[in-house]
Amino acid sequence: MPEPAATPVIEFRDVSFRVGQTQVLSSFSLQVFKGETLVLLGRSGSGKTTTLKLINRLVSPTTGEIYVNGRPNTEVNVTRLRRGIGYVIQDAGLFPHFTVERNIGLVPSIEGWPKERIHPRTQELMQLLGLSPEIATRYPHQLSGGQRQRVGVARALAADPEILVMDEPFAALDPLTRDDLQREFLLLQQRLHKTVVFVTHDLREALRLASRIALMEAGKLVTVLTPQEFVKSSDPWVAAYVRAFGDGLESAANRGAS
Amino acid sequence: MNVLRFMLHNRGQVLELTLEHLWLVGVSTVFAMLIGIPLGILIAHRQRLNKPVLAAANIIQTIPSLALFGFLLPVPWLGDRSERLAILALTLYALLPIIRNTYTGIAGVDSAVLEAGRGMGLTESQLLFQVELPLAVSVILSGVRIAIVVAVGLATIAAAIGAGGLGEFIFRGLAMVDNRVILAGAIPAAILALMADVGVGWLERRLRAR
Repeated sequence: MPEPAATPVIEFRDVSFRVGQTQVLSSFSLQVFKGETLVLLGRSGSGKTTTLKLINRLVSPTTGEIYVNGRPNTEVNVTRLRRGIGYVIQDAGLFPHFTVERNIGLVPSIEGWPKERIHPRTQELMQLLGLSPEIATRYPHQLSGGQRQRVGVARALAADPEILVMDEPFAALDPLTRDDLQREFLLLQQRLHKTVVFVTHDLREALRLASRIALMEAGKLVTVLTPQEFVKSSDPWVAAYVRAFGDGLESAANRGAS
Repeated sequence: MNVLRFMLHNRGQVLELTLEHLWLVGVSTVFAMLIGIPLGILIAHRQRLNKPVLAAANIIQTIPSLALFGFLLPVPWLGDRSERLAILALTLYALLPIIRNTYTGIAGVDSAVLEAGRGMGLTESQLLFQVELPLAVSVILSGVRIAIVVAVGLATIAAAIGAGGLGEFIFRGLAMVDNRVILAGAIPAAILALMADVGVGWLERRLRAR
């Protein structure tokens, strides 16, 4: 468990978000601590993605505040804020007209890194993500889904941000590739200790990757539990989610908040 | 082969009028690009403006060209030199395909790609110049290609107000009821249009985003 005294890297303070008449998020409060993987779990429309986009200000709250590194994120220049938060989305969102190398090196390049520094950095990241060097000059449409997603993660890590926000990054992959990427993600996290907020609707994925799982329903935070606590919880929403995914989940729960 | 003999005999004038023609088309296309591309970008980003702007460009397109030349003739500074007037009219006609294709190209960029870029901390101008324009460039060029081909044809009418160009031959031939003279204007104009079509088409394919 995170130490109680630790200051959260990301904190939602009584945040709500409304679009017209629709209450997407209501009185949402949550703390994310350094080095943990917090998984936002919930069904479609529960407000997970909105929550994620509030962190890097792709969405602004109707009321409430989001603190990043101890400061309200509105006090930081939005470009600076975003460049300090790696962003990975489903289908990777790679730039179709850039090679793999340029995609990965984009943030360093707009940050003004010299070429001599960007090139080794992209090489390093490609190796880290298990991408063979010869694909550096390929375009996204020439890659497999798994490769594209790896490039997406490499791109998010390029400028070495402390925080990583990931929006269903593996949802569009076939089960075998997804399994590979989940395993690699765990290995990567053991080495890098980024503060990760990870959105998924897949309970198995959540149990496997999370330090803590935040379950959301209809724009509200239901509860925050470790994977072991989650599978045993008697909370009706949690139990319903566990039931929907069936048997064998106990073993799917990872070693928890270690 | 009377036509060829006539053209060869008057090659100096054919060349001169062809160059005049190219000048009218070239200058008006450059103006139309300078106005149309930024306008197309603007209406792709401000959706509320897209209907009125496209409607205005459409309306201009429906004015018969001969009438437009006539309307503009009494305008003080413009009317002084028919060349200015011809360039303005040709620019107006070239706007629609350029605005429309710029709009289509920019609006067609995958929103997931844009959001990824925004989320990574690209500024709006970095998004425009590094992502949107490169991805839209072939669609924009195809609008420019259409505009040029249309302008080559329309520019022949500029001769009616004395702005020169290959239309001189065509109008003279009509007055003289001499097909050779008409063709001496029409053939080079057709060749110009074809060359522009092929040339810009080639550029379009080369710059097409993958």
